[in-house]
Amino acid sequence: MRYPWWRLLLFLAAASVPCYWLFLGAIAALGPDPGKVLVDNLGQGALVILLCALAMAPLQRLTSWSGWIAFRRQLGLWSFAYAVLHVAAYLYFLLGLDFTGFTAELVERPYIAVGAIALLGLSALAATSNRWSIRRLGRRWKKLHRIVYPIVLIVLLHMLWVVRADAGRWALYATVAAVLLLARLPAVERKLAGRGMVKRVRSID
Amino acid sequence: MLIKIHRRSDCLESDVTPEALYLNRRQVLQGAALSVACAGLPLMALAQEGRYEGVDAADAPAWFDAKRDEARWEAVVAEGEAITPYRDATNYNNFYEFGPDKGDPAAHASKLVTEPWTVMVDGEVAKPRTYSVEDLFAAPRLEERIYRLRCVEAWSMVIPWLGFPLADLIRRLEPTSSAKFVRFETLARPEQMPGMRAGFSLIDWPYIEGLRMDEAMHPLSLMVVGMYGRVLPNQNGAPLRLIVPWKYGFKSIKSIVRISFVREQPATTWQTMAPQEYGFYANVNPDVSHPRWSQARERRLPGSLFSPNVRTTLPFNGYADEVSSLYAGMNLSNDY
Repeated sequence: MRYPWWRLLLFLAAASVPCYWLFLGAIAALGPDPGKVLVDNLGQGALVILLCALAMAPLQRLTSWSGWIAFRRQLGLWSFAYAVLHVAAYLYFLLGLDFTGFTAELVERPYIAVGAIALLGLSALAATSNRWSIRRLGRRWKKLHRIVYPIVLIVLLHMLWVVRADAGRWALYATVAAVLLLARLPAVERKLAGRGMVKRVRSID
Repeated sequence: MLIKIHRRSDCLESDVTPEALYLNRRQVLQGAALSVACAGLPLMALAQEGRYEGVDAADAPAWFDAKRDEARWEAVVAEGEAITPYRDATNYNNFYEFGPDKGDPAAHASKLVTEPWTVMVDGEVAKPRTYSVEDLFAAPRLEERIYRLRCVEAWSMVIPWLGFPLADLIRRLEPTSSAKFVRFETLARPEQMPGMRAGFSLIDWPYIEGLRMDEAMHPLSLMVVGMYGRVLPNQNGAPLRLIVPWKYGFKSIKSIVRISFVREQPATTWQTMAPQEYGFYANVNPDVSHPRWSQARERRLPGSLFSPNVRTTLPFNGYADEVSSLYAGMNLSNDY
């Protein structure tokens, strides 16, 4: 395994953030509505990590350091983990584990249904993230994992639907997502790759 | 003869609580209950000061101090409800003029200058004019009312307000018979309100709210100048706000600068912005969901990680006996 220490560092960083939030909640430092704060933080955390995962390939092209791509799978799995915790926190803190009428909620509230679709997509990606699946699926694996782009859009829609009056933070995430999606257009991708090459040549000089 | 004139910021020697008394305030209050018949007023005053725990000291205007001393305490109580701690009620607020996050009002509202403060009264009224807050509050006696507050975002608190019935104020302002609605307007002063300067807010300032005349005249509707036995903190709508306990919190407009009596139903802020989500009436109703979340339950704050404190929401926020007759014959699923 390449870059074992970097990977460990990433693991510890991603694992410690929710623990820190829980700790803040336990000492009543998240205010009078800690459950809501946890639900929001975990949801936005999942989105931010997903955007980070998407940034790895362009970063590799830009800098020609192969470490970026080595983090991508772990980042994707962390995004999935945060999303699962986000749903668990929603069920426990906001619904109080009272499921009467929950199916009606799912149908009536498009943002919940949309979030559920995104989570389903992430689960499929997480389930096929192991080496065995990659080998077994072959070419189809790459095709399957391209659904991460629609998933990002669905997640952004899910968040936009929850915003009440201030769309500032949402606009920030949406801008980053737009830049990352543009970076995957073949023309842009070639340009980025070109730059990486130039850099490498220079460093050899 | 020596006439000593106090500035309102001065502390009187009699205001200073002896340290021993302060440290033993619970026993003192218990003792006060016994000795109140003989010892009387000084201990009553002490009981008001220490009525709620953790209340920040306030530099209240002189007119407020004078009014508070003769307030009717606990004129309305909320049976079986625990009062939300002062810290939570003053650090978890929606007041978008100061920013979109719950902590923004507490962080930024101290910049707001509330003295002097005037309220313009216009529209279908005998004498349109501008009043100072002191004028508006000269006549009525303040009373403390402990009300449930249910936010449209499905959280709730229990808060002891200090104010007087809106109906008293309206009677003094003498609206004409063609006044069918009351329209309220919040201060819009961007230089002291950072939320108004943000680029991504969807709100069209100034904030507007309104009530039908019979709702405004209902004895539960309150004009509020204080909470927890002190003057209103800025983030809670100083110096003058409305409280309508059977409606979602956004109806209870803060920092009022204008009261207009109008013929037509006013275009209110949230209802104009998202009519399919927020109605003009906005009565607390567990059966009518917000399009994006259910209103059947609420989180009573403060909650903790170990007990989320989720409870059932009551029709009209538990005030149905008093107010449901206002809406007789109306379909509240349509007029939400």
